[in-house]
Amino acid sequence: MTALLALDGVSRRFGGLNAVDGVSLTVERGEIVGLIGPNGAGKTTLINLITGVYPATGGHVRFDEHDITRMKPYQIARLGLARTFQIVQPFPKMTVLENVAAGALFCGHAGNVREAETIAREHLAFTGMADLADRPAASLTLARRKRLELAKSLAMRPRLLMLDEVNAGLNPTEIEEALGIIRKIAEQGVTIIVIEHLMKVVLSISHRVAVLHHGQLIAQGAPRSIVSDKSVIEAYLGAKYAAANPGGVH
Amino acid sequence: MRTWFALFVVALALASLPLTGNNYLLRLATTVCMYAVMAQSWNFIGGLAGYPSFATAAFFGFGAYTSAILQNHGAPPMLAWGCAGLAALVFAAFLGGAILHLRGHYFAIASLIVAEMLREIVNTMPGTGGGKGMNLPILKISIAAQAQFFFYSMLALALFCTAAAIVIHRSKLGFGLRCIQQNEDAASILGVNTYAYKTAAFSLSAVFVGMAGAIYASWVNYIEPPDVFDVLLAVKPLVMVLLGGLGTIFGPALGAVILLTFEELVWRNFLTIHAAALGLIIVVLVLFLPNGILSLIRERFPRRERPR
Repeated sequence: MTALLALDGVSRRFGGLNAVDGVSLTVERGEIVGLIGPNGAGKTTLINLITGVYPATGGHVRFDEHDITRMKPYQIARLGLARTFQIVQPFPKMTVLENVAAGALFCGHAGNVREAETIAREHLAFTGMADLADRPAASLTLARRKRLELAKSLAMRPRLLMLDEVNAGLNPTEIEEALGIIRKIAEQGVTIIVIEHLMKVVLSISHRVAVLHHGQLIAQGAPRSIVSDKSVIEAYLGAKYAAANPGGVH
Repeated sequence: MRTWFALFVVALALASLPLTGNNYLLRLATTVCMYAVMAQSWNFIGGLAGYPSFATAAFFGFGAYTSAILQNHGAPPMLAWGCAGLAALVFAAFLGGAILHLRGHYFAIASLIVAEMLREIVNTMPGTGGGKGMNLPILKISIAAQAQFFFYSMLALALFCTAAAIVIHRSKLGFGLRCIQQNEDAASILGVNTYAYKTAAFSLSAVFVGMAGAIYASWVNYIEPPDVFDVLLAVKPLVMVLLGGLGTIFGPALGAVILLTFEELVWRNFLTIHAAALGLIIVVLVLFLPNGILSLIRERFPRRERPR
């Protein structure tokens, strides 16, 4: 069986900047892959390339049996590829319920608006927001909005879910809650790519970690081996530190 | 259910208007219906999808000229009106393909020049009478019967348009358009085919306006480019919707009544400065009632929670 997601030499150039430069990466079914890298490494751009927000200027993206390199975002979404945004993107004036219902309605699982709202209620219960259903999305706190993003993408019944910093800006308790939800999602068989800055979070949740730096994939492997990888330490802390601490940081 | 009942009551009240025998009132009511069609239509693209279209004048004139040309070649009025609506729909679908990738002000400007462009084309195209305008065949019935005929035609169109609005507001299309209006990028990531949805909304905003233009042409018997491609025809729908309530079902119709009432009162009392007076009233209303008159009514009589 082929990998669920396969990137083959994917590149994106903005003018003179190679934001993503020849990245090849495969994600197997049921995996949780952590995607890390310093600020500006091209993590979000890579997600944007996979979801069709920008077309790739080079390489190919395959999802399941489909070549999705040139597809439009809505087509890719309907194939079962969902994402959350680093900067949350709710429909501010619509209620929380309607926000989630949108995901269920347009990815082809609900036949009409009423059915979509029923499905949305299940996902709100799953993410612990059932009591907020009738509030406008704009009135939620940041933590709740991040969770709304999650509920929205879950309502799309994704096969691959990409989480772009769902934990950024949250306090430790909120992070624990969010991690619990992510684990529950993974248990349902959804493959997950997590972009995250908090190393503790990535290391505890991922089966495998991929590291981007200046748009290139510089390392990938098991979480423990990644933190002692010389090129990764160099990327984060500089060559001098890497030379002085060959055993890595913990 | 309540919405359909309200529509039915309004329809019944309006349909009995000719019984008063007041021809001035009948003429005003015909105009109100025409305005309501234009406002309701604008609401599809402007209110639901959030795209500030100024193409209403273009669709109106396009419909008026299509129908006038067809009727001068012997087509019966009703058929010509239907064809005008269809032609406006096709025109909007193609036009949408060209300008709907623009957003905000850029879209507004692009849609505004369409009417100007059509006006110039009509001015120079053979078979339209150019700047001299066009006469339409006169119905061979009495003046009073004509007034009633055009009133009922325009009323039927307004009701049909409102019925379409009720259906669409509750449909998947309406839901998707609201998503686009709130956050287009997020909508497309959730699987909304934004391009198809916007084109549908734009076409919907054209079809009824095209028919209204066609009926108008038959009603006044004579059309010329400055009349049916008037920029005010593009601005008024927007003002009416803002007055009534953006993105609501009865807001546009309510706005049509309010705008026409103001127009009549102001025109009658301030003949020399009526445009300025009207403008002032609009500014005041929009400043102090940004959500439209309908929001005032909603505050007074809040809708009971639907049992779930």
